[in-house]
Amino acid sequence: MVNENDKTKDAEKLLQSLHEFRDEVVAKYPKKVGRKRAKSIVVSDDENPPVIQANVRTIPGIITQRGCTYAGCKGVVLGPTRDIVNIVHGPIGCSFYAWLTRRNQTRPETELEENFIPYAFSTDMQDKNIVFGGEEKLSQAIREAYELFHPKAIAVFSTCPVGLIGDDVHRVSRHMKEEIGNGINIFGFSCEGYRGVSQSAGHHIANNGLFKHLIGRDDEIRGSAKYRVNLLGEYNIGGDAFELERIFDKCGIHLIATFSGNTTVNQFENAHTADLNMVMCHRSINYVAEMMETAFGIPWIKVQPIGANSTAKMLRKIAKYFGEQELIDKVEAVIAEEMAEVEAVREKIYPKTKGKLSMLFVGGSRAHHYQDLFEELGMTTIAAGYEFGHRDDYEGRSVIPTIQIDADSRSIEELTVTADPTRYNPRKTEEELAELSKDMEFTEYKGIMNQMEKGALVIDDMSHYEMDKLIEKFRPDVFCAGIKEKFCVQKMGVPLKQLHNYDVGGPYAGFKGAINFYKDIEQMVGASVWKELKAPWESEAYIEAEFAC
Amino acid sequence: MLLRHTTAKEIERKALTINPAKTCQPVGAMYAALGLHGCLPHSHGSQGCCSYHRSALTRHFKEPVMASTSSFSEGSSVFGGSSNLVSAIDTIFSVYNPDVVAVHTTCLSETIGDDMTQIISKANEEGKIPEGKRVIYCNTPSYVGTHVTGYANQVTSFVKSFSTATPKKKNVVNLVAGWMEPSDMREIKRIASVMEARTIMFPDMTGVFDAPLTGTFKMYPDGGTTIPDMIATGDSKFTIGLGPYCTEDACVKLENKCKVKFEVLEIPIGLKATDRYITALSRHANLPVPDALTEERGKLIDLIADNSKYFWGKRVALFGDPDTLIPLTEFLLTLDMKPVYIVTGTPGKHFDEAMKDLLKDKVPEAKFKSGECADTFQLHQWIKQEGVDMLIGNTYGKYIARDEDIPFIRLGFPVVDRAGNNFFPTTGYVGATNLAIKILTAILDHIDRTCPEEKVEFQM
Repeated sequence: MVNENDKTKDAEKLLQSLHEFRDEVVAKYPKKVGRKRAKSIVVSDDENPPVIQANVRTIPGIITQRGCTYAGCKGVVLGPTRDIVNIVHGPIGCSFYAWLTRRNQTRPETELEENFIPYAFSTDMQDKNIVFGGEEKLSQAIREAYELFHPKAIAVFSTCPVGLIGDDVHRVSRHMKEEIGNGINIFGFSCEGYRGVSQSAGHHIANNGLFKHLIGRDDEIRGSAKYRVNLLGEYNIGGDAFELERIFDKCGIHLIATFSGNTTVNQFENAHTADLNMVMCHRSINYVAEMMETAFGIPWIKVQPIGANSTAKMLRKIAKYFGEQELIDKVEAVIAEEMAEVEAVREKIYPKTKGKLSMLFVGGSRAHHYQDLFEELGMTTIAAGYEFGHRDDYEGRSVIPTIQIDADSRSIEELTVTADPTRYNPRKTEEELAELSKDMEFTEYKGIMNQMEKGALVIDDMSHYEMDKLIEKFRPDVFCAGIKEKFCVQKMGVPLKQLHNYDVGGPYAGFKGAINFYKDIEQMVGASVWKELKAPWESEAYIEAEFAC
Repeated sequence: MLLRHTTAKEIERKALTINPAKTCQPVGAMYAALGLHGCLPHSHGSQGCCSYHRSALTRHFKEPVMASTSSFSEGSSVFGGSSNLVSAIDTIFSVYNPDVVAVHTTCLSETIGDDMTQIISKANEEGKIPEGKRVIYCNTPSYVGTHVTGYANQVTSFVKSFSTATPKKKNVVNLVAGWMEPSDMREIKRIASVMEARTIMFPDMTGVFDAPLTGTFKMYPDGGTTIPDMIATGDSKFTIGLGPYCTEDACVKLENKCKVKFEVLEIPIGLKATDRYITALSRHANLPVPDALTEERGKLIDLIADNSKYFWGKRVALFGDPDTLIPLTEFLLTLDMKPVYIVTGTPGKHFDEAMKDLLKDKVPEAKFKSGECADTFQLHQWIKQEGVDMLIGNTYGKYIARDEDIPFIRLGFPVVDRAGNNFFPTTGYVGATNLAIKILTAILDHIDRTCPEEKVEFQM
């Protein structure tokens, strides 16, 4: 939380008045709708987080930030991997909209290495395929993709009509894998847009697919690196993964796989040889972390390398986990060196940003992580929430056993995972884990409310109407959301920072990322244009001066 | 290389589209619906459709794009989306209070077979539609046609739902606007006002997708065709459709419904298409063409004449929507450039015939393709086989342009990496001048950047 001395009085006052917001806003909805929305709007209490309704259906007609299951599966989790040909089975739009729109950067190691990120592949289903079935067209599309590109892996993504007409993408994938041979890996995802209630269902489906079709296919341990880790839930938006790779490299920490920014198929296949899993975006990837722990004995910890202090914290956790003095010293040296640079920039910017107010409504972890960066700038987050988070992302994983499984969640496959008969290898003994647990928590995420100011507002799946009212009433200095909200908010004279695509900025992760973010927020809150919204002749002083006499 | 897997070697593709030159119907319906004042587009399907379409339009226009969704769940996909839509209508009018809700369908609701007429009348019977408010719809299954078709279907639904004939025709010409930028529409209306013609444009994105920043967010911006104007289109004495793919259906519907005769023209991009627009408007509004417009034309001719040696014989590849590509190809020919490769994902005979007509004498070697598998991968393969001097298309073209080091003009939808399309028109003589200058600048910049040092010219 922000240093008490740097908070403005505004913040205190606002925190006291925020709780009235819910009653005011829900009154506008039809009664039933209002009752439902009321459960998703709570006042935060870091010590005793209230129950929030999350991961439930959006009410039809509500203008929501949310997208669909396909977007979560193809767009978020599988999209960033450069050497898979991702064929979208459906009408043209779904493939088109996920084509280069998520800014997951990638850096092939050679001029010849495969990179399909700038390509969009679609079966472009026509009405005859809807009537007579699209499996034949899908098979043919896979043949053509192979003939043109000879990729090592092809993934097939189902869109809404595919599920309805009964095309079996899994069967087609299996058949085509046999037909083509040559060691190609072909697999499908039942990620039709109508499944689940948001992108979140798609993350889960993607996680299952990664585990079933990719993880564990390559046991070879390459190189002699000692500290072998995976970074889960980092998608290399704006180069975040590049910055984290740089830091790990500098510390001598060997990254086996990132799920899935700047990554290749082989990294997934080899990921089970790592000794520690670090979960960044808990929402989108915790399933893989859990399954890998059960199957291969790799413990996982939650990390938050957004914000310079949080990045340092992550590095110290890793060093502690491996427990070797050489690494502990190296990490401290890197932190000292990097922080000096970070602090030099931060000190200059801090006076311009301290005391300002932010609101964050985005994603399934970003609304949490970015609060660290705002804190480093002395800014208070007075309202936040997720687009597609679950209760555990708000209240912490301890509430998982109490979450009611509804019909929408039940339809998402839960893989039954058991210890791998030959490869299960607990990386730490029970005793070692217990000892380490004094300094770090395993298999734990405490959620967004644990970090937020007491009295701050937390809203799940915020509607456009609620956003409109929030800004009108509380006028934050920066509002963080996505592209759909960007220009609505800015029309109101409040700058909006996009935390999906960073407004073509970034990286924001790690140390250099923190510096970039400080500078971008300095620019945003300091931009002269926001003071020029009214023409001189629109001010009362002008009117009086001109027309009074 | 960005598109490192694209080679000159073609295979016969029947099923796989790679890097499409089209997208799906609903986004077009959403765009068109926002050209009606006070209208909230509503996407009847999964919420991802609405989210993707709003994002796509927002990235292009950098303006708010408001639309709601039926947020289908797995249950609605099995039992139908009727209750979703009825409750959506209730919520929309309570919270967002539009004058009109323009529902468009999606591949999901179309595959299920939701009957829009029946659902909307159910909402009406249940009292969910307040007095004086309207819920209209169009069918936009994503597996038929493209975004262009969706635009056309939405515009036709405006006619179906609003245009009304009273016994008295008025001396007004309807201008049905095809898919273009608000700046293009503004220019077309300006030409009409210079002629002092009375017109009603629909849809009309001016004041919607180029709204000022004032400190106040307007859910329903000041622009857009008003409902009374839309109703009055039935009393106009003539209709000019601009862009056959986007407007012909609406023109036919308006004639059948209200006996308003029509003529469909290409969008006035370039010299000749603008000549035809002005001639048609002059004839049907029964007004002379004022000297001011003739002077604008003369200035365009002057610019072309001054620089014609730079245009001559330059090979151009272009992709986008047929309503843009046809007049654009014609204009490139006016400039004595050679449009050699032309691709649109939107199917239709008119494109093929128009291209054949335009190109057969001047560029007999030209290749053009429309519909399934007519994509930018194909276009790029052609470029690999024999190079071009210029590429014109939406932002996706920049990946080809960079790999091949070709001057690139951004035109079409979406353009998400450069500002200005909603400011500077490409229609009318003024727009043609803008376009010619853009082309010229790109060619000259390329020469300046790539020619040997001793060949760098001070004056060009």
